[in-house]
Amino acid sequence: MSKEIIKITDLHRNFIVGNETVKALNGVSFSVNAGEFVTIMGTSGSGKSTLLNLLGCLDTPSQGEYLLDGIKTSTMSRDKRADMRNSKIGFIFQNYNLLPKTSAIENVELPLIYNPNIPSDERKARAIKALEEVGLGERLYHKSNQMSGGQQQRVAIARALVNNPVILLADEATGNLDTRTSLEILALFQDLYKEGRTILFVTHNPEMEEFSSRNISLRDGKIIGDTYNSNIKDAREILRQLPKSDD
Amino acid sequence: MIKKINLYNLFKIALRALNANKFRGFLTMLGIIIGVASVITMLAIGQGSKQSIRNQISQMGSNMLMIHPGSMRMGGVRQDASSMQSLKMADFNAIKEKAENVLYLSPSVSSSSQAVYGANNTPTTLYGVNSEYLDIRKYKVQEGDLFSEADIKSFAKVCLIGKTVIDNLFTNGENPLGKYIRFGKTPFKIIGILESKGYNSMGMDQDDLLIAPYTTVQKRVLAINYLQGIYASATDEESSPAAVEEIENIIRFNHNIKEGAEDDFEVRSQEEMSSMMTSTTDLMTILLSCIAGISLLVGGIGIMNIMYVSVTERTREIGLRMSIGAKGIDILMQFLIEAVLLSFAGGIIGVIFGVTTSVLVKVIAGWPILIQPWSVFLSFAVCTVTGVFFGWYPAKKAAGLDPIEAIRYE
Repeated sequence: MSKEIIKITDLHRNFIVGNETVKALNGVSFSVNAGEFVTIMGTSGSGKSTLLNLLGCLDTPSQGEYLLDGIKTSTMSRDKRADMRNSKIGFIFQNYNLLPKTSAIENVELPLIYNPNIPSDERKARAIKALEEVGLGERLYHKSNQMSGGQQQRVAIARALVNNPVILLADEATGNLDTRTSLEILALFQDLYKEGRTILFVTHNPEMEEFSSRNISLRDGKIIGDTYNSNIKDAREILRQLPKSDD
Repeated sequence: MIKKINLYNLFKIALRALNANKFRGFLTMLGIIIGVASVITMLAIGQGSKQSIRNQISQMGSNMLMIHPGSMRMGGVRQDASSMQSLKMADFNAIKEKAENVLYLSPSVSSSSQAVYGANNTPTTLYGVNSEYLDIRKYKVQEGDLFSEADIKSFAKVCLIGKTVIDNLFTNGENPLGKYIRFGKTPFKIIGILESKGYNSMGMDQDDLLIAPYTTVQKRVLAINYLQGIYASATDEESSPAAVEEIENIIRFNHNIKEGAEDDFEVRSQEEMSSMMTSTTDLMTILLSCIAGISLLVGGIGIMNIMYVSVTERTREIGLRMSIGAKGIDILMQFLIEAVLLSFAGGIIGVIFGVTTSVLVKVIAGWPILIQPWSVFLSFAVCTVTGVFFGWYPAKKAAGLDPIEAIRYE
């Protein structure tokens, strides 16, 4: 059996709103092994964003254990969690969150610049490699405001890849894109999956589960389904069947 | 492993962020530039006015000192001060040599008599002094020349003439320069005409006089060898009391007056004038402080706003940076470096701008200006410190936020 990248046991996260306690996560346990492409599905309020924040070391659980790459993170300090985010996790957001008016290469370099162990020439080489990997080798010096949504999301994916994370965490990564571009981005995720990357993709879109290897469904802070998918749909195949667009 | 991000990388991050937002950086800097420049200009104008008022009061001779022989008792009878012969040239020379707070010094003897030219005559006073007397009393030669050292040594019979005397003697409007007049029995050649000063505050006509070398008046008019008085001017108003004390000590030593014994002379300063001077400059100082305070406040609030807003609108950027591994201290340092760079660059440009504006005000509007180093330093310091603080404070707040909150900040 392959390596456990994520192992969470009995994870709770409570928010106090007024004098009420909202249990956003109410005892969630699962493991993700290296090389899995997991979609986490749920309607809004199901606790999927809270889960993603916990998995991404952006937040700490009220109760429970979280092991990331074998390291216990649930009681880490802020600075240690920042180091975890920097070295183990690649984040991809719905609205890309690139630095405005900044070139693709500088955006991709960003995580490495916060790592003092990487010299600047290596930083640049790795940024170029990551951009080539997402198919933007030609657009290294384009500024973020000169690129389309799909291209910006590719830059964001390159930025997530550049520090060689053990896991990619995507938060509605196709939510802002049209169908065609969504499929293109999805195809890119599938390529990364085939290369052996571990991906966790949070979405509210039920169609997404057909493209991943495993689907976890959440409702009211609890897991209501955890199914493996052996018949993964190829996003590129569907893309070919779409009517040609104008460009 | 926690390792601190190095400063070089942080500088790089800060410079890239500034470079990506040149216009925002420019606006921020503009706030500081205007803040610094306006404070410098306001203070320059204020201090220029203060200086010019001081000079005008000074023109009235507020730092003038008069030394006269004092009245003394002789055999139980108090004598009239003017009959004393205790003040000598030796005293004059001693003061000239030793006193440090004295700028100008002149012996003084005078005589009143009829001045005669042709068929006209008029009563007037002849003052025997040296050339520094004109600086002490703020007289100016309008036409002709002042008498020379050689004239003093040779008891030359030359004089300068005041406007009132000219009006009374030269009724036909002829040029008095080079003409001879008679004062009492002594003939004098007119070598210079004094600029009119009008009446003084006591209602005395300051143009009704003749000025001649003191040696001439001593030997040829009065036939005396003592001085009736000594005129002096302190280097400035502030040193006036010190000059009085100095002169007193010198003459007491010269006259061998023992500790506790009565002075045989008197030193007088322009008390009324200098107290007017002090109250005026005090008022100007208060006014200036108000100007500086308000300018600094307005400039500071401008800087505060632009810094606060420009950092706050970057909360999402801060959230993003933190989500990819920046620590709170990294964020704080980045914004601190940005704020320091902007504030210092803005401050320096502001100083240049402020000095230029002040000079332009002087050249174009003709107002007196005075730029003092402390005002430049003060405005630079206050504005840059405000800039740095209000760049740092919101960044600290943002760095303390949860990354999730920051990244979703609207």
